[in-house]
Parts: sequence; structure tokens; C-alpha cells
Amino acid sequence: MREEWRDFKGGPWTEGISVSDFIKSNYRSYDGDESFLMGPTIRTQSLNSKFKDLLKKESENKGVLSIDRDKVSSLLSYEAGYIDRESEIIVGLQTDQPLKRGVNPFGGIRMARDACTAYGETLSEEIENHFRFRTTHNDGVFRVYDEEIKTLRKSGLITGLPDAYGRGRIIGDYRRVALYGVDLLIDGKKQDREILSKGHMNEENIRSLEELFRQIDFLKKLKEMAALYDCDISNPAKNGKEAVQWTYFAYLAAIKEQNGAAMSLGRVSTFFDIYFERDLNEDSVTEVGIQEMIDDFVIKLRCARQLRTPEYNELFAGDPMWITEVIGGMTVDGRSMVTRTSYRMLQTLYNLGSSAEPNLTILWSEKLPSHFKKFCARISIDTDSIQYENDDLMRPLYGDDYGIACCVSAMRIGEEMQFFGARCNMAKTLLLALNGGRDEITGEYTGPQSEPLNRGALTYEQVRSQFSIYLKWLCGKYVNAMNIIHYMHDKYAYEKIQMALHHTEIKRYMAFGIAGLSVAADSLSAIKYAEVTPVSDETGLITDFEIKGDFPQYGNDDDRVDSIASELTEEFISLLRETETYRNAEHSLSILTITSNVVYGKKTGSTPDGRKRGEPFAPGANPMHNRDSKGALASLNSVSKIPYECCRDGISCTFSITPDTLGRDGQTGRDNLVNILDGFFKKKGHHLNVNVFHRKTLEDARDNPHKYPNLTIRVSGYAVNFHKLNRQQQSEVISRTYFGRF
Amino acid sequence: MKTGRIHSIESLGSLDGPGIRTVFFMQGCNMKCLYCHNRDSWDCRGGEVISTGEILSAVKSYRAYYGHTGGVTFSGGEPLLQSDFLLEVVTGLKDMGVHCAIDTSGSLYNGNTERLIDQTDLVILDIKHSDPHMYRTLCGSDGSASFRTLEYLKKSRTPYWIRQVIVPGYTDSFQQIDMLKELIMGKKSPERVELLPYHDGGKDKWISLGQQYPLEAIGSPPSDLMSVLRTRLTSPS
Repeated sequence: MREEWRDFKGGPWTEGISVSDFIKSNYRSYDGDESFLMGPTIRTQSLNSKFKDLLKKESENKGVLSIDRDKVSSLLSYEAGYIDRESEIIVGLQTDQPLKRGVNPFGGIRMARDACTAYGETLSEEIENHFRFRTTHNDGVFRVYDEEIKTLRKSGLITGLPDAYGRGRIIGDYRRVALYGVDLLIDGKKQDREILSKGHMNEENIRSLEELFRQIDFLKKLKEMAALYDCDISNPAKNGKEAVQWTYFAYLAAIKEQNGAAMSLGRVSTFFDIYFERDLNEDSVTEVGIQEMIDDFVIKLRCARQLRTPEYNELFAGDPMWITEVIGGMTVDGRSMVTRTSYRMLQTLYNLGSSAEPNLTILWSEKLPSHFKKFCARISIDTDSIQYENDDLMRPLYGDDYGIACCVSAMRIGEEMQFFGARCNMAKTLLLALNGGRDEITGEYTGPQSEPLNRGALTYEQVRSQFSIYLKWLCGKYVNAMNIIHYMHDKYAYEKIQMALHHTEIKRYMAFGIAGLSVAADSLSAIKYAEVTPVSDETGLITDFEIKGDFPQYGNDDDRVDSIASELTEEFISLLRETETYRNAEHSLSILTITSNVVYGKKTGSTPDGRKRGEPFAPGANPMHNRDSKGALASLNSVSKIPYECCRDGISCTFSITPDTLGRDGQTGRDNLVNILDGFFKKKGHHLNVNVFHRKTLEDARDNPHKYPNLTIRVSGYAVNFHKLNRQQQSEVISRTYFGRF
Repeated sequence: MKTGRIHSIESLGSLDGPGIRTVFFMQGCNMKCLYCHNRDSWDCRGGEVISTGEILSAVKSYRAYYGHTGGVTFSGGEPLLQSDFLLEVVTGLKDMGVHCAIDTSGSLYNGNTERLIDQTDLVILDIKHSDPHMYRTLCGSDGSASFRTLEYLKKSRTPYWIRQVIVPGYTDSFQQIDMLKELIMGKKSPERVELLPYHDGGKDKWISLGQQYPLEAIGSPPSDLMSVLRTRLTSPS
């Protein structure tokens, strides 16, 4: 074995590339509690405070600190950059200065130009000139889009297609650089090229060969990039610090090259832990030193930025990068993958303060060590910063070395990737069906023409079959639009460094999405169980609905409506499967809106469930605001019924709760949260965002109710939804302390 | 199979018993507490009809969340008004191995009360007032049944908690607290004693039913008074 691999247990990973095999042969799980963890050192605190000053300046400057308008961002565009060169342990910035944003026009020059303009800069003449003679991804797509797709896009039936920006949602196996060094990776790719070269030169093979050429080219550039920081990453990392640094360089190269919507990190904590354990055995590092490295690494991740337009931010609020790192989970043979470094990574939320990035995601299994479960629950209660996903549901499908791209998209790291693709507005599609192909807001035809259902009370069977006709039409168009987008993205904005950190032969998913599922389900339930009569204007366009009677609403654990929501996802994925995908990708589906539920609502007319025109949708797979009357667990039960096998790209649920509702004291609250997570995931729920709000958050909820869809509070002996209280009552609850403990 | 009436279900209760509780608020009440938060739960003919089977099947769907500590709590309204129904339900729940609690004023004392106490795993007894005379002023009925329930709890094997709402001008005097202390003393003490500060969160329900809210001018007790009363109640005499 190579010297860098001393004391590691060998296996298939030494013969070919398999980080997963390396981890499983070498990691040591940790079942203990958090008492070994260390706080921040003075160095960390001082570096973090410099970083926080920059954040403050950035926010004072409309959210963008500065832009390098003269260069196109890539691996070698900028000199080395530092926050504080003397004290940094892990080095590397996207540009030459912290929080300065680079320009990346490969997705589309217009997006880059508009983003510069929005923040008071002008894209340099040089870049403009260069891209006058260059085809961007966006140019390519619009050369092929037909009028119908353009109309769909414009009307908002499908929103957020990655046709003007980087698609993202690809996770390079950044750990490979640390474990093998770049030279071995280049050798591997060269061997793959030799094999492919012997094959028949059909379109597929030629494309693969050109991609391999570009991957190798960028692996060489990766080495040069590290050399700017005086690091030689040709060979494997020799210790923990190098493992973190090498891995970070690989990730850094990816975010320099690509401005993908979500640029996730993968699954690095337990990988790093193997190196740290060896360092500890060799007495070359202390716990304080290890935590310092992890803290420093996380500060670097928190520096990551992309240049976006304000319109983009309206869809995905808060400047997100989705630097998702998954933590925990079990191996396929039943061992916990929690290590000390799983704890250390979470500890950064205390050492550096709460933060949305990196997007720390717990892979929850019923069998995770109980100390770790409690630690996670405590972190949630204290910081509201982490999310949970069901490892017991995903592991059988993705093995034990998968990561999460963006929020909820699982994929085997280095072996699978996805073609990301926006979401369809299901509520708006229902209105299109009722209006016989006319847009409910403009009155224009945006879909195939048919007889509108605008006279008299609606009958469920008729609506349902008309809806299916339109869903089928939409799914066909949707797959075709995605095929065009990803063909062009591969051609004009190929992810060279990220794909260099994948196997040459990979599995691809094509990820579709649904927004407004709860609105559509409740609307159909209203039509089925109450009496719903459309109200039309003089041109016959339906503008509103009269609803007589009660109807079951999604979010109350009521099978009558929950089954409608499930059926819609089943129907949607089967309709998508009817159209072939680019590169034989496997169709997948998510129920995820991020923050775009507000924009989707804005673009959608009144719906048969009583929601008025312009009102926001519920986020992801959540029930509509204020309709869940049986409390939080009834709402979770409804969400847990949506079948994951139909929504393999994830089912997102956001759960907000007050500390008082969770339990009478911190420890009880923590234990109860563990039980809620165990219960939800046992019931096959897929994803849970947990918010435990404190008083000041309640004040914010009072002023911005849409931000907290299902906040529950206790009003002595009884629980209510916070939004059902009037303003005075809300203020009263805010000022009150709940009963104390004896 | 029997049926009963419920006011509502709270699927995530965490205060009315240990762990995560599914709370069934029973419809109908024999009391007329001036500070009632669920004025709409008084009418015995209101609410929704539910069968034992429906309750058991709801519990089945929440069971996954109980872990080793949680379970079901029957609150109200006054659950003892439907003790026939609850005896059947509790028997069913015990067969499933689910922890059951009753949250009651104890203001109805009969053979069923004793049977129900014996069958359940926890009783949360709300002593509205410790002085029988003032009890009537605050709740519109006599406190003797409640005190008998307390006496039975002291003899039974079922663990119990004591609760009292501190209403300024009614239950916030030292004398009242001393009397409460006296009442709950005995050989089997409660597992937990909670004093809850009064607040007017239930007011809107009175108004929406066309009723005048009886405690219009009364605010919540100050938090420092609450701590003084708690200390007085728990300190050795």
C-alpha cells in the first residue's frame, strides 16, 4: 500500500475507485454522547468575527458585497484569496476576495448581465464581446423550444426551468481527490478513454469521449488551482488536514466552474473521521485541533456565493447554495455511520452560530444511536438549522453512500447524477382543464382547446377525467422541454470537474416536480364532497367558485382526501414515463417548492378549494395553511402517506412548533422531538424541516404569517394554530411565560 | 360498540401527561367555570359523535409517535360525563398496550369514576378551588365530588397529578394555596403539582356564542406572584 494509506485496511478500494468501500472498511462508529466536543478557539472566533463583519457589509450593500465584472469565473480565473491568510487552516476562495462574486455566463449571458446591472455593475465589454461569438446553454435551448413550450413557460404552468442558468443538483465525489490524489484519477479516466476509443463511433460514444477529454483537462486545472495555494494535490492526502483541504479544493473548483442552482457537498464527515482517528492514534493532533479544522472548513463553505438576479431570488429566497452535507445513516449491513466527526460537523452551529449553510441534513434511522438522536434534536431546538431525511426509506434504494442534492434529491455519490427540472403548477393545470385550455388569468389559450366546465355545479368524475387529459398533455410537453434543456446543458455548460469526479458510466435521473399538490387535492375533495359551482365572467372564463358544504381537507389524517393527493402523484409519474428522456434518464418526481410557493400562488387564480387568486400555496407537500385542525401529527400523517416510490426525488415537509408545545422543559422537548422523528419516519415520511421557534420568532410570525405555515401553540389545556389567534391574542401569547416546573 | 361525543382532537399534546399525547377533548361539561377556555365544549348535545372503534383506529395511526413514554389523554369538557363510553375505550386501549390518562375536574363521583380511575394509568385532577364555598362561586357547582375523587386517588394505585389555575381575586391568595397544600397532603402524594396562570385566551369563544365573558377586567397573574405561590405550595411546612 502507498505510504499515504498507512494503517488503513485495504480492499477493493485500493484496486479501483470506491470511496464507499474505503469508508466501510475503515470507519469506526461512535455511540457516545457529545461531551467530548470542543468550543471555538480564539483563532476561530477571531476569523469568524472577520467573516461576520463581511456578512454585515454584504447585507448593507443590498446583499452583494462586490462583483468581479472583468473575468469569467473558472478554476484559474483568480489569484489566491484569503479572509486572513495568517490564521486560516483550510484555504481557498471562489474569487480573489471573500464574498466577491464571479460572473458565470455559460448558462446564459442575459442572466449574468442582468445580475450585474441589478447590483450597480456593468458586465465588462470583453466578456460581452466574447459571448457574442459563443453559444450559451440558454441560446441553445431557445434555438429548439417550440411556441407551445414557450407559452407554458410564460404562463407559469411550468416555472423555474433551468434554461437560463446552471442546472446544478450534481454532486461530485469530492472525497476522491483526498483519497486518491488527482494523478490516479487522471489515470483512471485515461483508461476509460482507451476502452471507449475501441468502440463503435456512434453519437453516444463520441459524446462520451469528448466529455472524457474535458474531464481530464479540468482535473489538470484542478491541480493548478491548488498550486495557487501552494498545495500539490497530485497524490493522496497524508493526514486529516490534507483530507479536508484536498476535498475542499475539489468542491471549490466545482463552484468556481458552475453556478448550478444547488451545489451540494455530499457525505464527507465520516470520511474525514477515518483520517482524524489515524491522526489521533499517531498523536499528531488534538480534539481542539480537529474541531478547529472543521470550523475553518465550514467558514469557507459559508463564504460560497453565486451571482443571481433579483427575480431568481424571488423564486429561491435567501441566496441559497444548498451546500448539502448528509450526516449519519446506517450501512446496508446495519452499522451506524455516526462518528465523532458527525458530531463535530453539527457542533459548528454552536461554535460559529446558526446558519442555513452548509445545509446539514441528518439521515435518520430508527437504529441510530440514541445519544446522537438526542443531540440532533437539541441542535434543532437551539438553532432551527438542520433537516432530517429517512435513511430507512432511502438506503434500500440508494445504498449507504448516497448524498442529497439540494433539499431532498438522493443519489449515489459519484455513480448517479440528475437532470434537474423545475416544477409544474398542478393547481393551475386544474384551472386550465376547467377552462378548456384557457389561462384563468389572461383568458388566452395556453393548452389544447376543449369544452370548458363552466356551467353549473362541477361533478367529480367529469372534472377528474378532463384534468387527466390536461395532465397527460402537460407531462409530454414537460419531458420534451427537459430533454432540450439537458441536451443543451451537456453541450454548452457541461460540468467538467464535477463529472470528472464521477464514474465514467453513470446512472442519470430526470427530476420533475409538482407545486400546489395540497391545493389540487383539496380542490378535488371539495368538488367530490361539497358542492362547487364555477363563477364565470362574460367571456365564460372561470374567475371564482361558490362552495356549499364541508369537505375533507388534506392535513387531517383523513384518507378520503389524502388518497386523492397520493393518486395525483401516481398519475403524474406514470404520465411522465410515457415520454422518453434524453440519455435514457430515469424519470423521478419531487414534491418540493422551496420558497417558490408564494410566487406560484401569485400566478394562480382562485381555486375550487376556496383559496383566492394570488394567495400563496403551502410549501412542498405541506397541507394548506390553517386547514389542519387536528394538530401537528395529523398533518404529518397526511404527508407521510404520499408514496415515496412515486416521488423518488423527494417529498418535502416543513414542520414548525413552539418549544412550549414540544414539551414542558428542554429535556422533555428534546425527547419528544426524537419520538416525533422516529414516528414520522416509521410511517414512511421522507423529509422533515424542523423549526422550534422562540418568542422573537413568534413576533416575526405575527408580522409575516406566510413564513410559518403551521405554527402550533398551546393556550393552556388546548392547542391552536397561531394564525387562528387575533393580533391581540398573539401578542398575549408572546408576552406570556408558560407554566413552570415543580 | 358504544359511541361518545368529542369536541376535538389534538394529535400533538405534550403537557397533558408524559411524552407525546393524542388528546381527545370530550364534549359536554357539568361545570360553568368563569375562566373556561373551551366554552363551546359545555353543551352535551354538541360536538361530533365518535365510536370506540374510531377512537382506537385514530390511536393506531398516532401510535408510532409515542415511543416508550407517550399515549392518550381524555380531556374536555368533562370526560367523567361519558364514563360508560370511556370505560369501553380505555379497555380497548389497554388491550393495545397504550398508556391512558384522564384530565378531569373530578366533579362527578360514582362507581364509574372509581372504575375509570382504576383502569387508567394516570389521572390529572384539576382542583378548581380549595375552598368549597369559593369553588361554587368560580365553577357554579359544589366541590365535594372533586375532593372525594382526590381522596379516592390517594387510596388507589393509579398515579395522579394535581393542577390548579391561578385566577387573580379567586385562587391567588396564600390562604387558598395553604388549603390546597392541606388537601393534597397524605400518604400518597401526587407525582406532579402544577399551578397554571390564568389568561383570557378563551374569551373569543364566549363572545362568538353570544355570551358575555365573565372575567372581563381580570388580567393574568404576574409571573413573580406565580413563583411565590409555587414556592409556598412546595416548601415544607
